[in-house]
Amino acid sequence: MTQTSYDRVKLARDNGRPTGLDYIQNVFKDFLELHGDRRFADDPAIVGGIATLCGDPVTVIAIEKGHTAKERSLRNFGAPHPEGYRKALRLMKQAEKFGRPIVCFIDTSGAYCGIGAEERGQGQAIGENLMEMSTLCVPILSILIGEGGSGGALALAVADRVWMLQNAVYSVISPEGCASILWKDASKAADAAASLKLTAEDAKSLGIIERILPESDLGQKKFYDRISLLLHEELKLLSADTDLIGKRYARFRNLGVDAVENHTRSPYEHLPNLLP
Amino acid sequence: MAIMKFLKPRNQLEEGGRTFAPVQQDEGEPEKKCPNCHKSIPLSRLWANHQVCPCGYHFRMRGRPRIQMLVDAGSFQELFPDMRSSNPLLFPGYQEKLDNVRSVSNEEEAVVCGTAKINGQSCCLFVMEPYFMMGSMGAVVGEKITSLFEYAAEKRLPVVGFTVSGGARMQEGLLSLMQMAKTSAAVKRHSDIGLLYVAVLTDPTTGGVTASFALEADIILAEPLATVGFAGARVIEQTTKKTLPKGFQTAEFLLDHGFIDQVVSRSGQKKLLGNILALHHGG
Repeated sequence: MTQTSYDRVKLARDNGRPTGLDYIQNVFKDFLELHGDRRFADDPAIVGGIATLCGDPVTVIAIEKGHTAKERSLRNFGAPHPEGYRKALRLMKQAEKFGRPIVCFIDTSGAYCGIGAEERGQGQAIGENLMEMSTLCVPILSILIGEGGSGGALALAVADRVWMLQNAVYSVISPEGCASILWKDASKAADAAASLKLTAEDAKSLGIIERILPESDLGQKKFYDRISLLLHEELKLLSADTDLIGKRYARFRNLGVDAVENHTRSPYEHLPNLLP
Repeated sequence: MAIMKFLKPRNQLEEGGRTFAPVQQDEGEPEKKCPNCHKSIPLSRLWANHQVCPCGYHFRMRGRPRIQMLVDAGSFQELFPDMRSSNPLLFPGYQEKLDNVRSVSNEEEAVVCGTAKINGQSCCLFVMEPYFMMGSMGAVVGEKITSLFEYAAEKRLPVVGFTVSGGARMQEGLLSLMQMAKTSAAVKRHSDIGLLYVAVLTDPTTGGVTASFALEADIILAEPLATVGFAGARVIEQTTKKTLPKGFQTAEFLLDHGFIDQVVSRSGQKKLLGNILALHHGG
């Protein structure tokens, strides 16, 4: 039986999937949680702190959806407020100060859309993360473990490597939202899901992620051990790189260039120099 | 209470930009109704006044007339004019839409970039186009903005940008999402070498553009009553089941909450931008 893109969306949203905290507890050791954005509040939808990975300290940040109804409500269903993104940025800057690599786990239908979130600058908070992450001088590795919902997911994914679980999805808009805007019919979500190219395979072929993590043993010890090992190896490689920021810039700089017709590399040579 | 609606003032604008000059009109001339003062304004009058109603309401303005209004005569040199989208995901219906919008708008894409002088001050300029898929950002908009910031960094020029956008262009899927990261990184590089970026947010600036280069400027201005926000107001209402506060997501709302520097009417923009640029050139 072949799975449609929309089947994958449903799998990515499944309540039974491991959430951010499961990864933190099983992939790492000695997790020390750190709270608050030092501006306004602590957002329970984003969990962050310091942990060790095969003995080395790393900063870990995860969007947490929760499993039970009570947890999910506490975690706001994994929809972060601006405070969550600001907490994440604070912890990333701290990681930079102490030379720790950063690992992010992403699982959100999107940044929370609410009155308070807008009043406190949801767009500004996301934009600031995108900007600041582009020049952090420690390695950043982000893994999409479930839903990768638009700007709210990207705000933790301006990384040197982005990986995706086999059944995670990554999209600019939810298939339901896309269908209702374009075709005024949310029931065409399955068509929209196929057109949006949001599966892990799609993202890899577009050059947006580097690696797909198989999940046949999802949630088992073997599964987490494998991720630990892969993470450790990759972070070691990245830590040895002397041009991390330059390569991170190029990684994102080149995305979408192939989709531009009439692209000219130096389109401004014939123009007069405006400066004296 | 809906029944009390008639009590609300007919003009929601404060004094900024309001003029009380009599509206002259030729017989039979086409008119546009102002959503703020509810009067009908002859189009010729709107054109002469840069699409601003005598009551101060700012109608949306196309990119090229805006450039003309803003820059010193003859100083604008366009950059990357031919870049256009290739429908990278073969999204159903997108190619037809692009063809249609290109012929109707007479533009290749949703942003116009170039170099110009504003009151004698050299700068790089980008102006987004509301009549091209509501300024949505796909690979081409991302590439043009990124290239402009790179060019500005190379030539050590400040950037002035006018935003108007419905957000990321969903027909280009993840590629359009990635433009948020790409443009932000270019803004950061430009900023890190000590160069100025001034953004002017116009109606509407939302979604992925709000969450990237629109709110990343050193100085952020906005036009009166422009809608500026991350999530759409209707979506927020549906999600939270709450009535939105008065003036929610307007430029004035952002000013109150500390996210922009000034609300500035169209007639004052050239002078203000010229002054800001002059303050940062320092000789």
